[in-house]
Amino acid sequence: MSEEIRLMKGNEAIAHAAVRYGVDGYFGYPITPQSEILETLTELRPWETTGMVVLQAESEVAAINMVYGGAGAGKKVMTSSSSPGVSLKQEGISYIAGAELPCLIVNVMRGGPGLGTIQPSQADYFQTTKGGGHGDYRLIALAPSSVQEMVDFVGLGLDLAFKYNNPAIILADGVIGQMMEKVVLPKQQIRRTEEEIRKECPWAITGKTADRKRNVITSLELDPERMEQNNIRFQAKYRTIEENEVRYEELYCEDAEYIAVAFGSSARICLKAVEIAREQGIKLGLLRPITLWPFPTKIIKEYAEKVKGFLSVELNAGQMVEDIRLSVNGRTAVEHYGRMGGIVFSPEEIVEALKEKLIKE
Amino acid sequence: MITAEEIIKPENLVYTKPKLMNDTHMHYCPGCSHGVVHKLVAEVVEEMGMEEKTIGVSPVGCAVFAYNYIDIDWVEAAHGRAPAVATAVKRLSPDKMVFTYQGDGDLAAIGTAETIHACNRGENIVIIFINNAIYGMTGGQMAPTTLEGMKTSTCPFGRDVKLNGYPLKISNLIAQLDGACYVTRQSVQTSPAIKKAKKALRQAFENSMAGKGTSLVEFVSTCSSGWKMTPVQSNKWMEENMFPFYPLGDLKNE
Ligand SMILES: Cc1ncc(C[n+]2csc(CCOP(=O)(O)OP(=O)(O)O)c2C)c(N)n1
Ligand code: SF4
Repeated sequence: MSEEIRLMKGNEAIAHAAVRYGVDGYFGYPITPQSEILETLTELRPWETTGMVVLQAESEVAAINMVYGGAGAGKKVMTSSSSPGVSLKQEGISYIAGAELPCLIVNVMRGGPGLGTIQPSQADYFQTTKGGGHGDYRLIALAPSSVQEMVDFVGLGLDLAFKYNNPAIILADGVIGQMMEKVVLPKQQIRRTEEEIRKECPWAITGKTADRKRNVITSLELDPERMEQNNIRFQAKYRTIEENEVRYEELYCEDAEYIAVAFGSSARICLKAVEIAREQGIKLGLLRPITLWPFPTKIIKEYAEKVKGFLSVELNAGQMVEDIRLSVNGRTAVEHYGRMGGIVFSPEEIVEALKEKLIKE
Repeated sequence: MITAEEIIKPENLVYTKPKLMNDTHMHYCPGCSHGVVHKLVAEVVEEMGMEEKTIGVSPVGCAVFAYNYIDIDWVEAAHGRAPAVATAVKRLSPDKMVFTYQGDGDLAAIGTAETIHACNRGENIVIIFINNAIYGMTGGQMAPTTLEGMKTSTCPFGRDVKLNGYPLKISNLIAQLDGACYVTRQSVQTSPAIKKAKKALRQAFENSMAGKGTSLVEFVSTCSSGWKMTPVQSNKWMEENMFPFYPLGDLKNE
């Protein structure tokens, strides 16, 4: 398959991208608003073309543990779900992080807590960026704001996961998962051979040959001194990721007096809010974190010296705003504006919130 | 007098440790069934010539460190999730011989869903099930397979079925599933039993490579520490109390 331009939903784009980026295995369990990922994959039948395994697991718990097993074998594996399902995956995610395995997780968020609503939300920011499961670990978190980024981040997420032997997560929401846009699908990548996997992932459980010691995939280390060493190693890796992998987009920030910070679907709505504000003579800019972890702390710190205030615009009660406040560290005003439980704000509401919370005239 | 050196000659050799068992000091208690079953696994894998193709999935439970003793590649699963982990390993690498090794708490309590569904899908894996009717690793709490009236640290007056439900014959349940091709109950407390058990294990592993579906080998086992008995007492107690409730033999062989 060569490069192709198609019109499709964000969820479908994830499925197409998985096949085209040479994923070896997808394991999932249906949940709205992301069931099209598994549905599209079973329609594409990649096991007949690329040899990719697609399996509907009995639960999200099983699915993430299948990912753990596949990742342990050095394979490119992924799973997807939505908020309640991602909660169930947290045990497995912690084990994957603890065993330092690469994999890709997709969360197409919906409103919570609990069973909540199937409407879009960004209330899983804390869960994604601050751990979610137990233990001191981090996920490389990518926040797409277009269907094209749903495609691109499957490739990017897997690349980063394998670069750092760490799970990566795409944190989308119901808007990005369900909306249709034109996308460029990459040309078909060939799945790695067993030989290539042995070379690239010498730690993988590929069968113990006479020329090496046995490989053991585990997160267990009962000796606290060695367990601390493991943790020190993880933290050093996380610092390297923070150094090298921060990604963000700046729009109208150069002359901005105020900056809206927003990711995913919120960033799209914010862009319209920026236009409206500028028509009214308010110099508003937009900073869109693409990686939620590592968070674009440095650039926010730089702007903190120049602008009158930041408005964190999120579909939640105020989560990312905490990271902005940490980055700004009191240098300028930081406020939050959000809607919750599946309600999406309008651009006008954002401009009003900006005036009310920061401009105050 | 004949010296040790004179005795240790190839022509006098009647038994050796399987090559796949390494010299790591085992943490299992005296009289525990885990060690014997480990040895059988090592022997069967070696005799099949599958050392380079076998992947073990160890559980959370006393056998969590199985990977320290048998010289093959291992992945250590979260509590109860071994069948899901093994599912993916086998599906993504069908040329590998994949097995899980699980206790009763792991397999029949927290991991019931993973166990039943892996068997129901007919995953071409082997499930080795150590049923010692107790949680060994955490210090002797009640297991799903704890017998009625049997005392543990969380049913100190004996398992009361009104309070705790009935001991679970999960192998009988699994034998009902179309995906399971071979379900058998074995033990390792005597030489003849060990011989039989080894044959069953070999068949299970062969089934998995022949693509016949899931094979489950239950070992009715002892936990001398958890039961607070000597090894000899444990064997006797197992024969008198466990075997009547968990009778040995094939439950399904297709
Ligand atoms: C999620 C989770 N819950 C509980 C535990 C604690 N735990 C460790 S082993 C175990 C039970 C082990 O019993 P069994 O599976 O029967 O194996 P045995 O030790 O008897 O061989 C429990 C409850 C854990 N490690 N993880
Ligand atoms: S506690 Fe029981 S199961 Fe665990 S090693 Fe000791 S005897 Fe074996």
